[in-house]
Amino acid sequence: MPPSFQTLATATVLLLLFTASAVSCASLPPEDGIRIVSAEKRIDLTGPIVKVYLTLKVENVAAASDASQVLLAFTPTEVQHLAIVKATRAEGKRKKKTYVPLAVEASDLATSAPNGANLYSVLLDAPLKPGETITLEVLYVLTHSLEPFPAEISQSESQLVYYRDSAVLLSPYHVLEQVTYIKMPSNRIESFTRVDPTSRAGTEVKYGTYSNQAPNSYLPILVHYENNRPFAVVEELVRKVEISHWGNVQITEHYKLRHGGARHKGVFSRLEFQSRPSISGASSFKNLLARLPPRVHSVYYRDEIGNISTSHLRIGSHKSELEIEPRYPLFGGWHCTFTIGYGLPLQDFLFESDDGRRFINLTFGCPLLDTVVDDLTIKVVLPEGSKNPQPIVPFATEKHLETSYSYLDVVGRTTVVLKKNNVVGEHNVPFQVYYEFNPIFMLAEPMMLTSAVLLFFVACIAYLHMDLSIGKSS
Amino acid sequence: MATAALDFLPAPLRSLRLKTKQQELLLRVSALALIYVLAFAVRLFSVLRYESMIHEFDPYFNYRTTLFLSENGFSEFWNWFDSESWYPLGRVVGGTLFPGLMVTAALLHRLLRALSLAVHIREVCVLTAPFFAANTTLVAYAFGREIWDSGAGLVAAALIAIVPGYISRSVAGSYDNEGVAIFALLLTFYLFVRAVNTGSLAWALASAFGYFYMVSAWGGYVFIINLVPLYVLVLLVTGRYSQRLYVAYNCMYVLGMLLAMQIRFVGFQHVQSGEHMAAMGVFFLLQVFFFLDWVKYLLNDARLFKSFLRITLTCVITVGTLALVIGTASGYISPWTGRFYSLLDPTYAKDHIPIIASVSEHQPTAWSSFMFDFHILLFLFPAGLYFCFKRLSDATIFIVMYGLTSMYFAGVMVRLILVAAPAVCLISAIAASATIKNLTTLIRTKSKSPQVTSGKTTGSKAAAKGAVDQSLPFQHNAAIALLLGAFYLLSRYAIHCTWVTSEAYSSPSIVLAARGHNGGRVIFDDYREAYYWLRQNTPPDAKIMSWWDYGYQITAMGNRTVIVDNNTWNNTHIATVGRAMSSYEDEAYEIMQSLDVNYVLVVFGGVTGYSSDDINKFLWMVRIGGGVFPVIKEPDYLVNGEYRVDKGAAPKMLNCLMYKLCYYRFGELTTEYGKPPGYDRVRGVEIGNKDIKLEYLEEAYTTSNWIVRIYKVKPPKNRS
Repeated sequence: MPPSFQTLATATVLLLLFTASAVSCASLPPEDGIRIVSAEKRIDLTGPIVKVYLTLKVENVAAASDASQVLLAFTPTEVQHLAIVKATRAEGKRKKKTYVPLAVEASDLATSAPNGANLYSVLLDAPLKPGETITLEVLYVLTHSLEPFPAEISQSESQLVYYRDSAVLLSPYHVLEQVTYIKMPSNRIESFTRVDPTSRAGTEVKYGTYSNQAPNSYLPILVHYENNRPFAVVEELVRKVEISHWGNVQITEHYKLRHGGARHKGVFSRLEFQSRPSISGASSFKNLLARLPPRVHSVYYRDEIGNISTSHLRIGSHKSELEIEPRYPLFGGWHCTFTIGYGLPLQDFLFESDDGRRFINLTFGCPLLDTVVDDLTIKVVLPEGSKNPQPIVPFATEKHLETSYSYLDVVGRTTVVLKKNNVVGEHNVPFQVYYEFNPIFMLAEPMMLTSAVLLFFVACIAYLHMDLSIGKSS
Repeated sequence: MATAALDFLPAPLRSLRLKTKQQELLLRVSALALIYVLAFAVRLFSVLRYESMIHEFDPYFNYRTTLFLSENGFSEFWNWFDSESWYPLGRVVGGTLFPGLMVTAALLHRLLRALSLAVHIREVCVLTAPFFAANTTLVAYAFGREIWDSGAGLVAAALIAIVPGYISRSVAGSYDNEGVAIFALLLTFYLFVRAVNTGSLAWALASAFGYFYMVSAWGGYVFIINLVPLYVLVLLVTGRYSQRLYVAYNCMYVLGMLLAMQIRFVGFQHVQSGEHMAAMGVFFLLQVFFFLDWVKYLLNDARLFKSFLRITLTCVITVGTLALVIGTASGYISPWTGRFYSLLDPTYAKDHIPIIASVSEHQPTAWSSFMFDFHILLFLFPAGLYFCFKRLSDATIFIVMYGLTSMYFAGVMVRLILVAAPAVCLISAIAASATIKNLTTLIRTKSKSPQVTSGKTTGSKAAAKGAVDQSLPFQHNAAIALLLGAFYLLSRYAIHCTWVTSEAYSSPSIVLAARGHNGGRVIFDDYREAYYWLRQNTPPDAKIMSWWDYGYQITAMGNRTVIVDNNTWNNTHIATVGRAMSSYEDEAYEIMQSLDVNYVLVVFGGVTGYSSDDINKFLWMVRIGGGVFPVIKEPDYLVNGEYRVDKGAAPKMLNCLMYKLCYYRFGELTTEYGKPPGYDRVRGVEIGNKDIKLEYLEEAYTTSNWIVRIYKVKPPKNRS
């Protein structure tokens, strides 16, 4: 152990805890004899969502066996807030770098990690032979990890938040050399824990370089800084996708939005808000941006009590942008619900697969930028008469089927329901729903309408030719 | 004749030609269908201009109750105690409303659902009024045919489809009782007249059901239950009594009464209250009349009958008067209500019930609004009366009476123009139809005359016509000119109606629109902004105090409890709010504490120039508050009888709660270029008190154009 580590080990209680565990777990078999040669951890705290970029140079130092996976460790709090982990393998050097995406899954070795730390394993595409090294790029996203302090602010104050993490990389492996960078949105940094060597340059704080860390070592740090970015949290989002084989995909999205930052306290003064927009209500936000597919049409934006007139739509060839303003500016703790709906041309989304089945190709996640969705439900309403729906989503979701009724439905439409918690922008990836559909069902509704009109006329004719009077008509 | 006409046509067309009767039927049906569509479509301006939304104040209550009805079912609705309004009293909604409208809309919604049309209940509510207006045209057609001929019926249908007086209350989104009630009113009248004309029990029964629907829909049913007996009385006096009348009235009254008593809000009022006594009196009178008729037939002696008549009449009058006096004295028969009085005496409300007088739609009607709402019908109406008198029958007497009485009521109260509109349309339709018919007959005979004179068989008839023509040399040209004139007038009418509908009557009044500097439309959506803020960001059990105008909207859109609302049944409660608004802050705080008020909402137009705000309504609050609490005196708020808000305003005015809440921090805002800060754009003055401090309240929210301001009542301070 380096001397610097020993001196610091006495500094914090948590640290002690972890060091102790590290010592006690030293007997644990280091996975496949893997060692992290160098690690770089970049924490992006500029937004309401915490994004951590890890660059790991991993070496297999074992004598004989190949390594098929690399483990990543997270603390229990981190796991609670962990939205997504993505890993890639970097190949080549400098400008010729290419990235190969790797699968990441929760590891069942979780129980063997100390203090309830959870392990995720990055499955390597090719086994790492002894003596070889590879470079892994890992991105993970943490939501609700910035704690506003003070928890309640008035209109004229700006929002300060705490962020807690470790200066060193929490890893089940030996880390030879490691550095951590924390990027903040503004120069206003109230305080940060010093774990020497620590330095600050403008909006960035650098921890390290630390060398030769034992497995499972942890050095808690606390950063207190200003973050006035909109803390938009979608508590609940229900997206309903209705497919009509007559050429339209209708999407309806019900949002339940909250400002997740420091709670607003005391008065709201419209005068202050209007005359000093930069200082007053700095952490509040007035508008949100939604990124919609190109060729979107019939867009509406409303809530329970009617249309909301403050929105702007820009339609481009690659994407459309819908800028929406809630009825009122959202201050900390304020809620707001609304509905966005739009239509899309069917041919952009519906395809026929080789086996004759249809599939619809849609984007998962939430079209609002920079928001966290706590509870996302996607309902894909297939046309009446569809059979055997099969959703294919690149990550784990809760799935079930239900039946919904809409205009002129007799048996109801098969609806695929997908549910996922803690969704961020990184989840906006395509997913597919395959189903079987006989085109003859398209004619059911027109036939019903025609026969209804026909029946009406027949009834009219019958009525005109009937004589219901009891007496004799002259 | 028809076959003769066919001979002139080529063969293929001949087979397509319909008989004249069929032609007429086809024309009539297609004209009616077009009118039906027109009546519906012309009312959709508001949906196109704004959106599919509920308008104004009362419709929001109706919408809220309809929503409740469709979600919870009828029995829940019938027994609904609403604790969200009139805090802390609450309101027994099921027993204090006319459920006709809500039930109608809920049934329509259920029907559409059953037809698997997935429409939202809101859309049904928005389109209920236009739908019933379209149905009214059909009734107007049938009614016109009943009293005159089918031509007059068609014209009546066309006129009523677009008459502004009716449109004002039945545009899409105006989800109010009147929208359904005018249909029910006209239907009841039509069925009753039909019953009188035919003497058929079936029609009388139908009219009783029509009356039931009317009672369930609107308080204006009192008009029916007074007009019909009046009509019967007039027929009796003019010696037009008949068995048909006897059957029609008795059946309609007895059944109608029994049915009407099923509506909880009406209940025993129908036999106990003063407004309904006329109908009962006429009912008994009819029985006496019938009895006398029978006795006369039995006695068959004029002298004996005369003495019998004297005795019976004296007895009946004595018994009737005694019953009325005892009933009134013992309180069994309730006296007339204030609203009823104010109809008979337009000055009554002003002196005795400020709460009725404060509503703008209860003001006496100005001539301009008659012109605005009736246009040419105002001139056609007397002409129609003339035609009616010329061809007097039971039916025309009815329409004349309906027209005259409703015209009187329309003069008393602006909103009752609505009731007069169908009558005016029908009578005007008679005038228009009869005139045009006469003119066209003239033109036709003239143009045919040279042809006919050449024929020898009809020579004598033509000679007679020719003699008439000679006496009026320019008759033909004059007829054409008059016809053109009539056409011009009617087309002006159509243009006027469309213009009025689109400009004046299609604004939802929740969303305000104005023209911006560059000519673009600026939308002020402050009401909904404030209500939605309340809905989302206040505790669910928060109590909101505001002037009663906004009560229904706050409960419907804000989903929060209010102290008073537009159902102005408790004058004292409203006066308490008026008193709080016109007191100093500390006094008002005590009142608000006693009412558990959490938020106070005021409407303020000083920034945008929106003139129907609370400062302009404030004197009514003072008057209504002062009516119950003599502490509040109107002169305290006036300077030399003048209402001012600038430096010269009364000190009490400058420091009362309403003034403080409206103008809080307004003194720091520059509203108009070149004017000092704190310039009120509605009153056009710089406000008198710019340094307003609030001790017991704090600003909770103000909408983007300052139209709605919400204040939070601070909790009481800790005792130290």
